Amino acid sequence: MSSTEPAEQRRTALDALHRSLGATMTDFAGWDMPLRYGSERDEHNAVRTKAGLFDLSHMGEITVTGPDAAALLNHALVGDIASVGVGRARYTMICRADGGILDDLIVYRLAETEYMVVANASNAQVVLDALTGRAAGFDAEVRDDRDAYALLAIQGPASPGILASLTDADLDGLKYYAGLPGTVAGVSALIARTGYTGEDGFELFVAPADAEKLWQALTDAGHEAGLVPCGLSCRDTLRLEAGMPLYGHELTTELTPFDAGLGRVVKFAKEGDFVGREALTEAAARAEQNPPRVLVGLIAEGRRVPRAGYPVVAGGAVIGEVTSGAPSPTLGKPIAMAYVDAAHAAPGTAGVGVDIRGSHEPYEVVALPFYKRQK
Amino acid sequence: MSNPQHLRYSKEHEWLTAGEDGVSTVGITEHAANALGDVVFVQLPEVGDSVTAGESCGELESTKSVSDLYAPVDGEVTEVNEDVVNDPSLVNSAPFEGGWLFKVRVSAEPGDLLSADEYTAFIAG
Repeated sequence: MSSTEPAEQRRTALDALHRSLGATMTDFAGWDMPLRYGSERDEHNAVRTKAGLFDLSHMGEITVTGPDAAALLNHALVGDIASVGVGRARYTMICRADGGILDDLIVYRLAETEYMVVANASNAQVVLDALTGRAAGFDAEVRDDRDAYALLAIQGPASPGILASLTDADLDGLKYYAGLPGTVAGVSALIARTGYTGEDGFELFVAPADAEKLWQALTDAGHEAGLVPCGLSCRDTLRLEAGMPLYGHELTTELTPFDAGLGRVVKFAKEGDFVGREALTEAAARAEQNPPRVLVGLIAEGRRVPRAGYPVVAGGAVIGEVTSGAPSPTLGKPIAMAYVDAAHAAPGTAGVGVDIRGSHEPYEVVALPFYKRQK
Repeated sequence: MSNPQHLRYSKEHEWLTAGEDGVSTVGITEHAANALGDVVFVQLPEVGDSVTAGESCGELESTKSVSDLYAPVDGEVTEVNEDVVNDPSLVNSAPFEGGWLFKVRVSAEPGDLLSADEYTAFIAG
């Protein structure tokens, strides 16, 4: 239960605050981040039923500006980024020339010629390098803005009411996957209706110097509604229940978006060539003719928890592999996402189990997600 | 957090009581429970099992990981805590009391068990 601390761990603008709250910290992609403040199950349930407040300042922001900003992103990413309206956001991916996924991203169009690309902390440098390299010949600037932003997320059914008490911004008019500049508790923020929990909620990009003030204001405003600080542990179980992929687990350079069941993010119809087009065209055809392993949900009949890397078995043979697994607070049972052979991927397929340290435990195959909020 | 003075401790973060008729109660420390996070499943040895100091005799599953449960002494298991099997959160809420794990008739104990003060210094180190 001991861990070796890397030589140089990055700390967010809220580091002292997390420590004063008694957070258990963990290394995540070189950042010292809150894992949980108390019980991770209580934090999870707060987000499902009330509200939770997260520090996500480890996420990597990259700004792309200039007359060719849209053309550059259409070339560098697999989505049709030029078609994103100002004030809207898009879930997309950046792939290698061979189609392998480098990262999954959210791209915000802040202005006609300005975008903010948000990468996973573990891939931020890779994405920055790839965008910079792919910018050759485009009249656009790729700027490393990782240190320019702290990122706070308020998630859960009570979050719109809490945020509304601190801002004049038109939250009712702010749709899912939209973002607008505004002022929250006197702090300038990009207010985005995005998240990684399966609940309604917001992500607030602010200057690091303002992060603590905003955190305190949200904490105070949310107190009565039951808002609690939340760590990365519950973020992982929340996104798992919501069937959302996590880079390094469901997404890797070994997989194309078509292998991950996310071929819909690849827009072949968009204007111009893009990195990976040829390989992805082949991957799409391959997936059509010869279905790859399918990402499915598994629900335990027993209580032992499947973990990433555990084999999925049927009839004594390995038919897949667990990519993420955890005890689900909402279902009250262990759950997992796993890639399994197409023949065993249909919901309700009988005889599927997970090899948990040598013992084959029965699991039910279900369609993702495990949890969908009532709207 | 304070480690009860009347218990002895292993470097694998188990505690055990002084024996009553040679039978000691075993659990994991509050420090270990906090490090694990919410415990969701415990697999305990069975009554009658022989356990060996320093060897795995069960499992504790939490949200993020699975950890081996190590026996702090040699002996034979005389009782397991069914309450904690049914409600593993007892390990977190009452690690030194209702969250005890099993009882063992001690046949031999290793020389490196720690006093409360020694264990407190050990986890601070």
